[in-house]
Order: sequence, then C-alpha cells, then structure tokens
Amino acid sequence: MEDFKLMKGNEAIAHAAIRCGADGYFGYPITPQSEVMETLMDLKPWETTGMVVLQAESEVAAINMVYGGAGCGKKVMTSSSSPGMSLKQEGISYIACAELPCLIVNVMRGGPGLGTIQPSQADYFQSVKGGGHGDYRLIVLAPSTVQEMADFVGLGFDLAFKYQNPAMILADGIVGQMMEKVVLPPFKPRRTEEEVRQECPWGTTGKLPNRKRNIITSLALEAEVMENINLKLQAKYREIEKNEVRFETHHCEDADYVLVAFGSIARICEKAMEMAREEGYKVGVLRPITLFPFPTNPIKELSKKVKGFLTVEMSAGQMVEDVRLTVNGAVPVEFYGRMGGIVPSAEEILAALKEKLIK
Amino acid sequence: MKKEIIIAGFGGQGVLSMGKILAYAGLLQGKEVTWMPAYGPEQRGGTANVTVILSDDRISSPILQQFDIAIVLNQPSMDKFEPRVKPGGVLIYDPNGMTREPARKDITIYKVTATETAIAMNAQKTFNMIILGGLLHIAPVVDMEYVMLGLKKSLPERHHHLLAANEMAMKQGATIIEKMN
Repeated sequence: MEDFKLMKGNEAIAHAAIRCGADGYFGYPITPQSEVMETLMDLKPWETTGMVVLQAESEVAAINMVYGGAGCGKKVMTSSSSPGMSLKQEGISYIACAELPCLIVNVMRGGPGLGTIQPSQADYFQSVKGGGHGDYRLIVLAPSTVQEMADFVGLGFDLAFKYQNPAMILADGIVGQMMEKVVLPPFKPRRTEEEVRQECPWGTTGKLPNRKRNIITSLALEAEVMENINLKLQAKYREIEKNEVRFETHHCEDADYVLVAFGSIARICEKAMEMAREEGYKVGVLRPITLFPFPTNPIKELSKKVKGFLTVEMSAGQMVEDVRLTVNGAVPVEFYGRMGGIVPSAEEILAALKEKLIK
Repeated sequence: MKKEIIIAGFGGQGVLSMGKILAYAGLLQGKEVTWMPAYGPEQRGGTANVTVILSDDRISSPILQQFDIAIVLNQPSMDKFEPRVKPGGVLIYDPNGMTREPARKDITIYKVTATETAIAMNAQKTFNMIILGGLLHIAPVVDMEYVMLGLKKSLPERHHHLLAANEMAMKQGATIIEKMN
C-alpha cells in the first residue's frame, strides 16, 4: 500500500517543497497559509537537505529574496495570502521581465483590502491578468485537493524552469486548511552547484573565463530593446498556451449544461452536478487546472454541443470573463458567485443553474 | 458508503482533534477522508466546528449544508446544526450547559453525559473521547482498532502514556450513550 499521510494543504506544500529539492523559502506569515512556513520551520530542512527557510521582515522583502535566489539559478519560493500577494506584485513583475523561474503560492482570502481570513477566489484577475505592471503572464495552477497542493509544487518548479517564468499555485483557504490523504512526492536531492551552473547558464553563479558576464535586470532604457524583450516574452507565452493547458471534466460527454469552476469550488460544483443528475438534469463540470494557460479549446468544443455554461466562483465574477470570451456568444454563459469569504453551497449552485439556465 | 459528520462545540473541547482521530482512523481503514475546520474568527474564543467525511469513493465537496450525523456540544452548535441533520440522520449531544432539548422528530437523538462522566472519572481531558466512544457505539463509521491506531498517530509521542486512559474513556462513552426518542 502506498504511504498515505493525512495533512492540511498548506502542510503538504511545505513537505513537497523539501522533497522536490527546493533551495529556499522566503515568506511572511498571514492566515490562512501560515502553516506553510510553520511546517517548514518544524521540519528544519536546513539540517537535512540544506534548504534555507527564512521569515523575512515583510512580503516585499520576501519576494525580493526570491528574485535574488532565482537570479542565481536556485529553486526558490514564497507563499502568502491575498493582501500579502498585493505587496509582492512589483517584485513579481520584475522577476517575470527578468525571465527567472520561481514558485509563488497564494492561498486566497476574502478581499478587497485587509478583508477577511475566510476563503475567496477574487485574486483571479491579479494572478492571471497581471497584478503587477506591464505585459507579463504567470503560469497559474489551481489545486482542488490536498494531493494537488503537494503535486503542484514539483510541477510548478518544473514549468518555471522549463519556461524561465514564475509559476503560481493559486489556492484558497479551503484547500489550504482542509486535511485529506496525500501521497507525498519521492525525495529528490537538491542540485549541486555544478548542476545549477549547467541547468542555468544564464544564472549569476560566478563568471567563467570563456563567457560574458551574466547580468540579471528588468531595465532596458531604449524602447527598441524593451519592445524586443516584450516580443520574446509574448512568444514564450504563446508557447506555454500551446503546450501546457491542463483541465479536468466530469460527465461532460452527454451534458446539456456545464458548470465551469476552479479550485475547491469545482468540487462543490461536482456535488451540485451529482444532485442535478439525481433530478434528471444532464449536468457536467469542467475544471480548469491551469488558469494561465486557460483551457480555451475544450470550452470552445463544448460550446458547440451544450445549451449553456454556469461559471461559479468565490468572487463577483472574474474567470467568467474568460469563459465568455472563449464561448463568444455561441451559447449563454451565466455566473453565480459569493464574495468576501462566503462559500457557495451545492444547493445554491443548483438553484442558480435552474434559475439562470434550465428555467 | 459515505458518512458526512459535523462536530461542533466550544474551542478547547477537543472538537477538532476528535475529528482528526476519526479522519486518521478512516485513512488507516483505506477510506477517502476530508477534515475541514471552520478556521475563521469563530474558532478564536467562540464555537469551533469541523466537517469530517468518510467515504469508500472519491469525495466531491468538502463543504456541506446537511449532515448524516451532528455532534453538538454547546447550545449555539445545537441551534446551528440541529436543523441541518438530514431526515433520518443522527444527532448526538451533551446536555451540559444546554438550555433546551433537541426538538426534531424525524431524526434519532442520543444524549451522552460526557462532561459529567469525565469529571466523575477525574479525566476531564478525555471528554472528547467519551463522545467519540458514544458515537462509535451507535454508528460504527470506523473500526475501533483503527481509532486507537489513529489516536496513536495524531498524539505526539510524549503523550502516548495517555493512550490507555483515552481507550477507557471511549469504552465508558459506549456505555453511557442514551437514545432519547
């Protein structure tokens, strides 16, 4: 039998970070994700793998430590929750422009402002559309189980290094605080200095005699140079859109109506789907796993055969804009959401589906 | 088979750890489990509650409106969760500090005088295990051997000398649970 553990999503992230050979974690505590750093501090990886765990003086300091570590080719990460993520946005924009790999975890809580500590998904725009300034994209993974919280740490780092781009795990208070059974990834040693130099020839790992100095910067005063940097970034984002779309469907084959939701809300939608099917309505669920790149093609394909979509989010309606752009008027795309830390129930979702679409 | 359980009471009564022991036991028995606490401001000095789902199949929503079993350990929890037991479901309560009896006729109601018993046993901290013993006696959602294994897993090693007292509390709980309707 596989070695199942029972733990919170936040704890799974910490365990997975050590196991996938991360070099450093820099963070600042905030509910509902404080267990990430607490668990790391408890596990003391600096005594075993040599991984650095540091509580920075602020979120701004933490993301800039990540910027520095990533510039050296190291596998580094940070985590926070919504208000803390707002503070990190400048650093994230710099890291994206400098094309450095890193992992950022946001366990969302209700906003705007200091908001509340209960779950929310209202940072979709911030995570998927930018958040910081300039035309950049993060690779955004949305876990719905504790198992995915563990798995997406390794996946996030792999994608970040593959595309030299920051990757984000966009979770919420439910999946952070919930305990479920999880199989942790196998232990992978941290890379040696030599392996880092080989994998990251762009890194500031010490100048070698046979090459030019590596300079990490996000500044290019000449507009032509800056436009070329932008063109290169955009080409990379198109490549990511082509290769890295991930999604999951449940009972979409014969569905008349499809619920579109990400993260923990997709599971509540599954329950609503089960209830709807018991009443004889053919309902399916599509769960985008990557929010950028967005699963455009599968939604487009479904729009050719279903009668309508209901997007469900813990927000005023953010991802629904992407669903509407994708469906492009072919069938109705309705929205149901709760805000400020309130979690919609399966009963509410089913009632909204009947009211807005089935009628 | 799937059992959807809510355990609710005051912070400090061991509500979350009781849920954790159940979840561990379910895990060790090869079930799918989720343990979802209310981690909001209500846990800070007010009422605490945790939803535990034990299932033979994949679990969809970890957040529920209705439950098969509700264990309510103070009046606010009774007020909140008595109406949310599924018809035909089970409500278990400890009368200590309650100002009214549960009123539903379409569910089975059990009383466990766990606070009183824990004090009589001079083992107040095993209060939650008395409740758990009562629960497992009337609804064996997990096997007792796995509960003891689960307890061992969720207790830090320095507390393992307390395992026997906890087992005794569970056995006591099984003897004092009383059907009320």
